[in-house]
Order: sequence, then C-alpha cells, then structure tokens
Amino acid sequence: MDAQLPALQIVIPLLAAPLCVALRASRAAWLIAVTACWSSLAVAISLLRRVLAEGEAISYHVGGHAPPHGIELRVDALNAFVLVIVTGISAVVVSASRASLSEELPEKRHYLYFAATLLCMTGLLGMTVTGDAFNVFVFLEISSLSAYSLISMGRTRRALTAAYQYLVMGTLGGTFILLGIGLLYMATGSLNMADLAERLCGMESNRTVQAALAFIVLGASIKLALFPLHIWLPNAYAFAPAMVTAFLAATATKVAFYVLVRFLFGVFGTDFAFDAMHLDRVLMPLALLAMFSASTVAIFQRDLRRMLAFSSVAQIGYMVLGLSFASELGLAGGIVHLFNHAVIKSCLFLVMAAIAIGVGSTNIEDLRGIGRRMPLTMAAFVVGGLSLIGVPLTVGFVSKWILVRAALEAGLWPVAAMILASSLLAVVYVWRVVEVAWFQAPAEDAGALRRPPLGLVLSAWVLAAAALVFGVFTDATASVATRAARMLMEAGS
Amino acid sequence: MSAGHYQYWIVAVLMMTGLYVVIAKGNMIKKIIGLNVFQVSVILFYVTMGKVEGGTAPIIAEGFEVYSNPVPHVLMLTAIVVGVATTALALSLVVRIHEAYGSVEEDEVLAMEDDSCGGGG
Amino acid sequence: MTRHVILRALAKLLIPCIMLFALYVQFHGDYGPGGGFQAGVIFAAAIILYALIFGLDEARRAFPPRAMELCVAAGVLLYGGTGVASMVLGANFLDYGALAHDPVHGQHYGILLVELGVGITVTAVMVTLFFLFAGRRRVE
Repeated sequence: MDAQLPALQIVIPLLAAPLCVALRASRAAWLIAVTACWSSLAVAISLLRRVLAEGEAISYHVGGHAPPHGIELRVDALNAFVLVIVTGISAVVVSASRASLSEELPEKRHYLYFAATLLCMTGLLGMTVTGDAFNVFVFLEISSLSAYSLISMGRTRRALTAAYQYLVMGTLGGTFILLGIGLLYMATGSLNMADLAERLCGMESNRTVQAALAFIVLGASIKLALFPLHIWLPNAYAFAPAMVTAFLAATATKVAFYVLVRFLFGVFGTDFAFDAMHLDRVLMPLALLAMFSASTVAIFQRDLRRMLAFSSVAQIGYMVLGLSFASELGLAGGIVHLFNHAVIKSCLFLVMAAIAIGVGSTNIEDLRGIGRRMPLTMAAFVVGGLSLIGVPLTVGFVSKWILVRAALEAGLWPVAAMILASSLLAVVYVWRVVEVAWFQAPAEDAGALRRPPLGLVLSAWVLAAAALVFGVFTDATASVATRAARMLMEAGS
Repeated sequence: MSAGHYQYWIVAVLMMTGLYVVIAKGNMIKKIIGLNVFQVSVILFYVTMGKVEGGTAPIIAEGFEVYSNPVPHVLMLTAIVVGVATTALALSLVVRIHEAYGSVEEDEVLAMEDDSCGGGG
Repeated sequence: MTRHVILRALAKLLIPCIMLFALYVQFHGDYGPGGGFQAGVIFAAAIILYALIFGLDEARRAFPPRAMELCVAAGVLLYGGTGVASMVLGANFLDYGALAHDPVHGQHYGILLVELGVGITVTAVMVTLFFLFAGRRRVE
C-alpha cells in the first residue's frame, strides 16, 4: 500500500465528500470528515518521512501512464511539508467544527459544510501533490469553487457579497493561470512540470514563455492575496462562518503561495524568473507594501475578524518577501513562515470563533474584561498574538529570524530593518486586543457569557501549543524547509 | 502579427472585452457574462492552438497522415465544465443576493451594506 | 403549459428518444465521439423538458430531489471506486488494465464504469441545478 500513498492523499477526501452527501446526518457526516482528515494527515506524515528518508522525490503515475504524457503525482520535501500543514490544520479544524457549527448553520445543512470542506481539501491537496501543470488549474478550481460556497454559508447577507466578490476575483486569477499554462504548452508541448523545466532551459528570450511567466505570477498573486490584489480577502474572511475562516486562512492562501514557489523555482527556474526577468524588483516592493499597509489598516479595525484578516495579508507579505530574495535562506524563511502562519492564524481564528460564541460579538469594544472571564481562551489568543509579533520562543520568531538573516545575507539591511519595523505594527494591533481583554473592566451592561464548546478551546490550544513547541524546537521545521529550499535552488539554477 | 495569426487577435479582443465588462459594469449578472466571455477567450486560445494546418480529426483512419493535436481539446473539456460550475455558482449567489438585498446592482448593494449591519457575526 | 395537447403529445414522443440518444452517446462513447459529460447533459435535457411541459411538481415527483442528490454522490463514488478497485488489484489509481485478466478488456470496463459515473453525476447535477433555480420562489 506504501506505493499508493500519493494517490490516497487525494482519493480519501475525494471519496469522503460524496459519502457525507449520501448519509446526510450531521453526526455521521462529521465522523466521516474527521476520519478522512486524520487519515489524510497520517498519509501526509508517512509521505514526508519517506521523502526525508529517501532524499529524492516520489513519483506516482496516475492510470499507469508514464510522464511526461501521463499525469504524474510528484512528492518532494517541499510539497510533502505543505501536505502535512494542510491536512494537519484541516484535521484540527474539522474536529472542532461540529460544536461551533450549530451556531451558524442549521443542522440539516451541516453535511453540505463537511462535503464542501472535504472537496476544498481535495483541491488543495491535489494542487500540492500534482506534478502536472494543467492539473494544478483543475484542482485550483475544485478548491476555489468549494471555498466560494463555504464562504456564502456565513450568517449575514454580507457573506453572499463577499463570496461573489471572491468568485469574480478568483475566477480571473484561475483563468490567468490557465492562460499561462496554455502559453507554456504552446512553447514547449509539455504539461509535466519536471519536463517543462528541462524544455524551458535556454528559452529566456522567448516572448511566449515570458508572457506565460507574467500570467502565472499574476494569477497566483490573486489567489494568494498579494497586495494590492488582496481586496477579496478581508470580507471573505470576515463574513464566512468562523470555522471556514479558520480553515481557509490557514490553507488556501498557503497552497497558492506553494504554487507560486513551485512555478517560479521548479518550472521557470531562478535564472529565468529572477536573473533575466527581475521578478524580485516587482515582488519585493509589493511584499514590503503588504507588510506595512495591511498591518496599519489592521490597527484601525474595530472588528477582531477583520483585524486578523488584514494581518493575514501582511503575513503573506513576509512569505513573498522571503521568496523574492531568490536565495536558499530567503526561500527557507518563506516556507517556515508558511508553516508558522498557518498554525498561528488558524489558532487565532479558532479563538475568535470561541469569542463569538461566548460574547456574541467580535467587536473589539465588546471584549472588555473577557480575559478574566474566559481566561483559557484568551490565553491562547495571547500565545498566538505573541507568535504573530515574532517574540522569541514562539514559531513566529523562527521565520522572522531567518528572513532577517536572508535580508542581511543579500546585503539589503534596509529590508531587514523594515521586517523589524513592521513587527512593531503587529505589536500595536495585538496589544490593542490584549489591553481591552485583560486590562479593562467588563462593561456594566455586559450580558452573561456563554461557555464556548470545550472542543473548540481545546483545538485552539492544540495549535497554540504547536506554536510554542515548534518555537522552542526550531530544528523540526527549519531543517525541512532548508532542505526543500536547497532542492529548489539546485534544480532551478 | 500577420494575417496568419488572426486567431490571437480574436482571443485578445474577446479577453479584453470580458475583462472590461467585469471591471466596468456594476450589474452582477453582466459581470458574470463578462467573466464567461473572458473564460471563453482562453478556451478559444487552447482550441485554436491544437489545430494543425491540413490536419484532420485525431481518429486513426486510412488515407490520413496529418492529425490535429487532441490534447488541448481534452483539456478544454475540463475547463468548460469548470466554467459551467463557476457560472452556476455565481448565478445562485446572485439569486440569493437579490433575495437578501432586492437588487443586483453592486453600488446599491454596497450602499445598503454601509448603513446596516456593519459588524457581521 | 399543462393544457397544451400538442406540446404534451409531442413531448411524450420526444422524451424517450432523447433519453435513448443519451444512452447511445453514453455507451458508444468509448468507440466514437461521446462520453459521460455529453450524455449526462442530454439526459438532463430530457428531464428538464419534462419539467417544462408537465410542471415542476410533476417532475419532482418523478425525479425526487433527494434521489438526485444521492445520484450526485453515487456517480462520484462510482468514479472513485473504479480507481480504488484498480488500486486494490495492485495497479495504480485509475489504471484500468488491472480490472480484468486481459488489459484490453480491463481498459474497456474501466472507461465504461468511469464514464457511467460521470454521466450519472452530470445528469443529477444538471437536474438539481434546474430544480433549485426554478423552484426558488415557491420554496421561499
């Protein structure tokens, strides 16, 4: 069965989704989804272990047709790591979601939530695991379509407009990627990524390939919400059901980032993308702008959800910044930050879901004094917040440290200073919430708190604990990311 | 950029038309139509790419040597299905937006959002 | 439109033919042009025509929405199940060659089952979409 693992990674959630629809009962659908998510995590972990042990990529031929003509699933250190992140976050979030879902969705529609989440997961895992460029587009659309419908399940009517806006932007992004892949196919006659990388050697001056690079980078930037293409993100995250936000914030943009990395380093190669086309001159300023502008906007948000959403845009900036150094260290920093931000953000959004149930609002003003009334939940928020800032002994520190080192290595000390400065902005917006929650007396007219479901708080703490553990034992993530980065840089140059 | 490559002009014009409609129109249904035109332009791009001059349908038969490339067509079968799914989902969202707001004009809907329910749930 | 005799009579003649043609496109798809997507859409067209002529309620009775929903799931399961079956038989996912003793027969069975799954899902999705859009006002 070992040889079938790459296919199982996609097949398990793909088949679990229709089972949820067939069974329909909320509890049954939840049980199926939880089983599927945890077994996917097991598959992802064993894939990662195998890749790290063997040191080379695992190739799987779908339908027994050999690449480059057949579809290949290709697992290496980079995407095995992303697979573990996506499945791990899904497993925690889906396990926690039954309790809080009843707040936002009528029970008879729960099965649709679970089916859509599993389909979204199928798409994300498929995008990650595939070695075929066109497959990326197909899985991208599977994940996007289910994400739109998940967002539209939000309680208020604004969820509908948010989903619509995301749909329009997302479809434009997906179609740009499709066009870019078409241009690549036209120039090379191949769709297999490894084969493409070989055939693209020496085609630096080919206009078709240059246009393909432009379209793919643009499309991926829309999907990963790179500033200034992020306008769909704050509303989508703010008005989706809380569990959907916790799931999407940690996975969807991260996989889009992975796709960008894979195309830039694994298909086009650093020589073409950075030395010949100077993509870093576009991506680095945009990344810095994202870090500063989104963090500044986050400071002025009155709603906790929107604040966290804008903070996500800023964190995406850090990841793209790491990529734009086009060095082994920078790339490793970006990948570690991908892991860290996934853990931190889904932890914070789970806390936010618990607050929404406990207080009945996510307005920061309404959170006065809840630190003492919901100590366990808010403590998880503090851990997540500290990690978001990048305080030592949390995961956030690890990636920022690598990013600063990468900036210094590239001789860009102003960039290193800007990484530190933008972290100060994070201090401001995290402190605002901490101050209101812990140091202000509860409002006189504050109603009774409802106890948030135990499963929800527990899940938030699992992720908060992960943020602390991986912050202390930095080797686990950093070494995998460095290996992945080294592999990409060697292949790409 | 001669007459021999006229199909790329059609693709580019269709694509820009679609993109313009998506950006400039406030009506949500018109936006979806624009999105469809945009997607169709890319489908057309793939399909014309597969055509080999003088080639016939890619079914092996006696008397024919040159065949068109079937791969882009197969890929577009998937892309068309994706397009149909996107359109259906977008239209269903518009139906629900119309039920919730009583309008499908983006600026009217946005104006309504500003003066009611600012926080969300 | 329930009172238009000509329409009703014609529809009764046409609908079986459309369905038969859908089945032809479905099962002849592995030799000639056709396949699950096309057949599913044609089959759904027959059901939608029925709904247009005889009314939505009548169509819902003949093709209950819950059954359609189950068909959506069943089609995907059939598709995925074929792939899993080939995995269980020791080949890669969707490698139909393993489904029979002779790889040529295996390929044949495999594509037949997969296309059947696609056809069922497409039909059910199209019909469900039509029911949902057409029935929207009545439900609310």
